[in-house]
Amino acid sequence: MSELEGMTAKQKLAYYQEKMYQDALDGKAKGELVCWSSSIAPCEFCEVMGIHMIYPENHAAAVGAKHGALAMIELAERRGYSLDICSYARINLAYMDLLVEEAKTGVTPKELEECPGPRIPLPDVIITCNNICNTLLKWYENLAVELNIPYIIIDVPYVHHWPIPEYTKEYIADQFEYAIKQLEDLCGKPFDRQKFIEVQEQCQRSVNAWDRAMGMACTVPSPLNGFDMFNFMALIVCARAKYAAEDTFNTLADELEAKAARGEDAFKGGEKFRIAWEGIACWPYLSHTYKSLKSLGCNMVGSTYPGAWSIHYTVGNMKEMGAGYCKMYSNTCLDHKVDVISDVLTSTSSTGITYHLNRSCKLMSFLNVETAEIVKERTGVPYVSFDGDQTDPRNFSPAQFDTRVQALAEIMEQNKK
Amino acid sequence: MSKVETILANMKAVAANPKQAIADAQAKTGKAAVGVLPVYAPEEIVYAAGALPVGCWGKATKNISKARTYLPAFACSIMQSIMEMELEGVYDDLKAVLVSSPCDTLKCMGQKWKGKCPVIQFVHPQNRNLESANVFLVEEYKLVRKALEEALGVTITDEAINKAIDVYNENRQAVRKFLEVAADYPQVIDPVARHAIMKARFFMDKADHTAAIKELTAELEAMPKEAWKGKKVILTGITAEPDEFLEILKEFDIAVVADDLAQESRQVRVDVPEGDEPLMRLAKQWQNMYGCSLATDRDKDRIPMICDMVEKYGADAVIYCQMKFCDPEEFDYPLLYSKMEEKEIRNLMIEIDQQASSFEQIRTRIQSFVEMF
Repeated sequence: MSELEGMTAKQKLAYYQEKMYQDALDGKAKGELVCWSSSIAPCEFCEVMGIHMIYPENHAAAVGAKHGALAMIELAERRGYSLDICSYARINLAYMDLLVEEAKTGVTPKELEECPGPRIPLPDVIITCNNICNTLLKWYENLAVELNIPYIIIDVPYVHHWPIPEYTKEYIADQFEYAIKQLEDLCGKPFDRQKFIEVQEQCQRSVNAWDRAMGMACTVPSPLNGFDMFNFMALIVCARAKYAAEDTFNTLADELEAKAARGEDAFKGGEKFRIAWEGIACWPYLSHTYKSLKSLGCNMVGSTYPGAWSIHYTVGNMKEMGAGYCKMYSNTCLDHKVDVISDVLTSTSSTGITYHLNRSCKLMSFLNVETAEIVKERTGVPYVSFDGDQTDPRNFSPAQFDTRVQALAEIMEQNKK
Repeated sequence: MSKVETILANMKAVAANPKQAIADAQAKTGKAAVGVLPVYAPEEIVYAAGALPVGCWGKATKNISKARTYLPAFACSIMQSIMEMELEGVYDDLKAVLVSSPCDTLKCMGQKWKGKCPVIQFVHPQNRNLESANVFLVEEYKLVRKALEEALGVTITDEAINKAIDVYNENRQAVRKFLEVAADYPQVIDPVARHAIMKARFFMDKADHTAAIKELTAELEAMPKEAWKGKKVILTGITAEPDEFLEILKEFDIAVVADDLAQESRQVRVDVPEGDEPLMRLAKQWQNMYGCSLATDRDKDRIPMICDMVEKYGADAVIYCQMKFCDPEEFDYPLLYSKMEEKEIRNLMIEIDQQASSFEQIRTRIQSFVEMF
């Protein structure tokens, strides 16, 4: 690992990400198995089996951030997908069609060649967990049918009353055993329980390092620019079961601690307001949203992202692991969602919050009004809402975003007095 | 008026005026009403509690105003009208309301109920091939039972649930038989009447609905079959409301010979299986459900199911009734469309919107679709 010596966290992030995509492509070429997975599905099982993992949500976000979304979205719509469904799904389903066409004809379609996102191989198996949304169940169902490949489902039922019931944990734990069985059948080899323990231990070390780095956003002023959270998130998604994540996040935490010790913050002394961002980023407008907030001195230090992958459990305990994957706040009742967001505001000393009304994500939008009002009542923190989309560039208005965050800055300024 | 005409008139009256129908049913039986939101719920537990389960599937309304505060415009039109009615107090006479969580919109709807009665939310498992999924669902149904007992001040016994299952299974069987028979009598059972009969299920005591359906079926079977000169279609989707859409089908002599609508045939597709423990029986019904966009369908069996229906009923075409902003249905469409094109099955997708104010575009599309035959 000498080539990693002396690398910054950002360099490690780029290195590991590229390596994982390349490993998957090389592995596929050698006949090794590739799995497409939803972003908060358990990665532990496939890691034990030595299966390469690709995360379509991450990939779609990367395509979106590099301004390649529209070409994919138009292909999906031509295929009959409504423009009202999740734009991650539309991008991925279109990308899949292109890969299939390439595999069948031996010719790389123009759209695939021109797609600015990283190249990914077709999967041999897919795994999804609906702790993010039920849309994933339908999206992956389509992948499984179109590609005629095994479909592993980890069904994490919506927690309509907090806390998570024991019977829910038992149901999820049983599904883990079923997933293992499906993988044993697919790979033609037994599941190595000892390796499973080691992988779980790695996941816990990665998550601890992630918590450590993301926790630096609580420092006032913050050495962490919140939009870096969006970028580093890629690795907690893709490499939770690998040393890569632990290594990168510990490096990041070291850098941030050193920065804080020097009294430096992410805005070079310009952190005027600390705010939270509720919802998914607008990837095609990452730069615009960042600059718009920065021009107002708003550092986005609060997000529910860090908590989403802060999946802790006792190694070897399947029920606890099930609970860990179940607690994703959008999969839980309004009361718990309010608790989670209020905690984010309090722990990061945020004095304002923006709610992303995401055209692509009904689950992360339809409780926004109630959530915002209750959180405001509880914490006194003002909020604004803006219309957007995670990757469909047609559903975001830069002018509306600017106006809303300016209004938020004015309220925060008033509240300071 | 013939017997058939009388029964159809009654059913249409019930479907057109649920409030009156529920009041009539309550006056007759003294039962309290419990609301049931789409799509599936263990209504048998409500029935066993001595209450009248009432389907809440929205209504054709052009005015959504209060709901706009709480629901973005990209929520499906059923939920828009339900939210509007919650805020207008339409559901305030209900003793409780059951909300399932098979899609992301319904998960949220169960958390933001604005009516006065208690909301009882529950969730169906989606890894449906596992026995542990049944065990999970039994626990969810226990919560439903307990919440209903509290809301209604009654004890719901296993015996009462088993009896309710008998009543419901008999109704499902009677409705399925009626639909088979009705396919041969499109002159009598037109698309609007057919829908009214299915919709009336939601507002009548199931035993009464069964009796009316059986009588209607017997009357139909006694009638001579006539050749149908119009076209025959299969409807698939969530609902085919409002009636204006069905009136257009009628206008162009299009008969609905079968359907795969969540509001209609999917409600009666699968009986509750035999067994000792009633909640486990109800759980297994969900396990046995098939061909629905809201129940995990690893192999998309809905697609061959619909293709087979075309053959079985000699249908000329399939109309995909796409509920506006319903993503589970939006995901199924491209795959079904490709298969139908491959099999040269004529098909048309129509966007269904309870808030639609103009139907001229649909009329034009249906007209040109028929002309293409």
